[in-house]
Amino acid sequence: MMLSALVLLPILGSVVVMLLPRREELLRAVASITFLLTLALAAWLFWAFPPEERGFRWVERVPWIPALGASYQLGVDGISLLLVLLTAFLFPVALLGTWDAVRQRVKEYLSLLLLLEGAILGTFLALDLVLFYVFWEAVLIPMYFLIGLWGGERRRYAAVKFFLFTMAGSVLMLLGIIVLYLRTGTFDVLRLLQTPLPPQDQRWLFWAFTAAFAIKVPLFPLHTWLPDAHVEAPTAGSVILAGLLLKMGAYGLLRYGLGLFPQAAREAASLLSLLAVVGILYGGAVAFAQQDIKKLVAYSSISHLGFVVLGTFVFTLQGMHGALLQMVNHGLSTGGLFLLVGVLYERAHTRQMDAFGGVAKVMPTFAALSLFIVFSSAALPGTNGFVGEFLVLLGTFRADVRLAALAAGGVILSAVYLLWMAQRVYFGPRRVDPDRFTPLTWKEATALVALILVILWIGLYPKPLLERSEAALSLLSARLHAAGEVVR
Amino acid sequence: MNDLRTLLPEILVATAATAVLFADLPLRTPVQRRLLLWLSLGGVFLALWATLSEAASTAAFDGMIIRDGLTRVFRVLVLGVAAVGLVLSRDYLVRTGLERGEYYALLLFSAVGAQLLAASRNLLLTFLALELLSVPLYVLAAFARHHRSSQEAGLKYFLLGSFASGVFLYGMALVYGQAGTLDLARLGGEDGLLLRLGAGLLLVGLAYKAAVVPFHAWAPDVYEGSPMPAAAYMSVIAKVGAIAALARLIPLALPGLVDLWRPFVAVLSAMTMVVGNLGALWQRNLKRMLAYSSIAHAGYLLMGLAAGTATGLVASAYYLAAYALMQLGAFGVLVLLERMGLEADEVQDLGGLGDRSPALAAAFVLFMASLVGIPPTAGFVGKFYLFTAALEAGLGWLALVGVATSVVSVAYYLRAAYAAYADEGRPGVRVVGGWWAGAGVAVAALGVLLGGVVGGPVIRWVHIAAGVIP
Repeated sequence: MMLSALVLLPILGSVVVMLLPRREELLRAVASITFLLTLALAAWLFWAFPPEERGFRWVERVPWIPALGASYQLGVDGISLLLVLLTAFLFPVALLGTWDAVRQRVKEYLSLLLLLEGAILGTFLALDLVLFYVFWEAVLIPMYFLIGLWGGERRRYAAVKFFLFTMAGSVLMLLGIIVLYLRTGTFDVLRLLQTPLPPQDQRWLFWAFTAAFAIKVPLFPLHTWLPDAHVEAPTAGSVILAGLLLKMGAYGLLRYGLGLFPQAAREAASLLSLLAVVGILYGGAVAFAQQDIKKLVAYSSISHLGFVVLGTFVFTLQGMHGALLQMVNHGLSTGGLFLLVGVLYERAHTRQMDAFGGVAKVMPTFAALSLFIVFSSAALPGTNGFVGEFLVLLGTFRADVRLAALAAGGVILSAVYLLWMAQRVYFGPRRVDPDRFTPLTWKEATALVALILVILWIGLYPKPLLERSEAALSLLSARLHAAGEVVR
Repeated sequence: MNDLRTLLPEILVATAATAVLFADLPLRTPVQRRLLLWLSLGGVFLALWATLSEAASTAAFDGMIIRDGLTRVFRVLVLGVAAVGLVLSRDYLVRTGLERGEYYALLLFSAVGAQLLAASRNLLLTFLALELLSVPLYVLAAFARHHRSSQEAGLKYFLLGSFASGVFLYGMALVYGQAGTLDLARLGGEDGLLLRLGAGLLLVGLAYKAAVVPFHAWAPDVYEGSPMPAAAYMSVIAKVGAIAALARLIPLALPGLVDLWRPFVAVLSAMTMVVGNLGALWQRNLKRMLAYSSIAHAGYLLMGLAAGTATGLVASAYYLAAYALMQLGAFGVLVLLERMGLEADEVQDLGGLGDRSPALAAAFVLFMASLVGIPPTAGFVGKFYLFTAALEAGLGWLALVGVATSVVSVAYYLRAAYAAYADEGRPGVRVVGGWWAGAGVAVAALGVLLGGVVGGPVIRWVHIAAGVIP
């Protein structure tokens, strides 16, 4: 019941918002309360989750379409727990941080955000492949409208591109899901995780699933939808897109790619980790060349998500641990970066770097808060980003020193372009108009402070997160190694 | 007497149609004329009750009529489509001054034909039912007789439809020449060149009616010219009838020719999905777009028949129900709009709908999402089932074509959905509303949503149709 409540609460909120009269303050209040209730529930789940649990907790199951063998089954383990908490945390932050940015069609906007939260939570919690697919695809429509209606100038193009790319991948996964069912007779993830598949079946099923996940992550040659979508989306949309939607792909790789098809994953690992490293370097290099701050952040996402994929496919416990933590970190830090860009854009109405300069002189508090987030994204020690990337690199060193060396180059690259961006925007001669750069509103400040507190918490004391995911990841890692012996 | 009982639903609907024709003469004032719709709906609901209250399977009229699971499923489907078709039409007809009893009567008669197609086990009756389904539709297409486009639509539909009937008839003749019988149950063991040719022509004739590529060219022109609610109804009922006839014909009459018809139907299905979806991409006129979308959906519907299994038949039947709801719903939204006294049938006409009528816009997005096959809608569950059937039957390539064309269809369905929210309202376009049509759209929207969220019970019920698969 707990998990259903978590998924249904935002969806219910969305319906309520849709039905209420168009009184902006009322709508915002209802949406905020729903987000906070969801966050409270997620926090309680996190706190109540026993660290030694290896499997799924609070599993609930109701038959759904018996003729098709599909059931409504939810559950949470150490892996999805972190992402659920991240989801529940990022939505209120995104709403608060962009409170004044959306003035038109507030009702539809809030309703879609709530719907989106429900669908994302469902994706992380679903333990039935059909249900998972339903939530996975249900994310598309609200996101499509968020980009398409409140986005920037090329919003129509970006929204359609986002939709077509993602859907092209997901339908392959759909066929994969059906074939998996015809082979095993079940969509139940709990049973599928216990059912070893013959390697020849695994191979192409793995690629069918990975097509969907790799586009969503996105992995290097499939990333072209990302810059368009991230840049054109409204700020809250970018935060959710980067912070959570990309994690759906990374989560899929970890849970289903590795969990269901361990042997095929092993065979594909060298290719995928190579692509991940190419993505790290390519994303970093392209980010380096951007004039538009939002584009810079978008390309930095490609680079940072490369670490997640790398950690996933080096098959060491540290690597996977780092990958999972990096998912959370990237959600916080890149979500934060997009909020910063939003704050700047609200005031300057441009995102070109040379239009800024000396922001620290007119908005000192904002500059200070910004630096924390930039440091976190650049993975400076003491922030959350450091812990995640360090673990990924450590895990990679054990598997392949050359890849680790290249990926470490990516860390340096990201520090360079992020700090350079910070230097050009916040410091240097004052080029911005002090009248337009009004101080942070309390809502913006609260959102940023909340983010920074979590960033510092994970940076200094990651134990609560690490210990809750430890057991589940060890189980996964043990299975992978067992599968490896079968191959050899 | 017992024989007549098996035909009770058809008799009730036909009686209602006749009653409407007579009642049309004395009823003059608008209040009195409301009776026309009530009479029609009454007939439909009585027939629905008669269908649902009889469970036993029987044959009647020396085996010409059979009442089994398939008959029941398709009867319910036809009656549901007729009910929604009636309520969608009423406000439009009154608004445009076309409300004549004949409209309701014709609509009901074609529903009788569609029901008989599902119940017929004899090719002669199948042909008669096919004509009973089609001829009223030709007239409905031309019902806005003061508009040249409507006349043209009626004539085109009539010419091509008669041609298709001729092809079907010729197929029957060849089949009879080989087998010496038109009884589907007795055709099963036969084989021979004439039978093969005849069976091929029968398929072609039905493919015409269902707008299957390459026999689809009439559909966009006819739908574009027909009055909006008539286009809505014919785009669904003709497909229901044709699929019902195919579902009877293929497994019963042609089990010996399995290797022949399965690849044939599979190729037709693939071509229809590809051509329908690609054709829809270029359309700016919503009626034409929905016409191409109805062609594309004929392809998805054939996928289940191509599989030739019980799963395939159930999947097709379920998808047919989903298609009926989403197609009628999408047309229904357009029925509720008008542009300067004319039909609002262009994509731009949807502009500003999100502000003018949030509920209508939300329903339209739901129908578009369902037509694409995005969860949680009935369209998704239906497609999921169809792909399962195709993969199970070893038609992996067909399923691949199905998903690829679904991705293509995103482009045009979402363009329309997007226009409803993003574009500026076009001057002259307004929401005319209408209690009846609004109710029709609401029912369709609810059905699409429920079919996606709790599809289980419906699918379980549709499973009774699978009994015809040997």
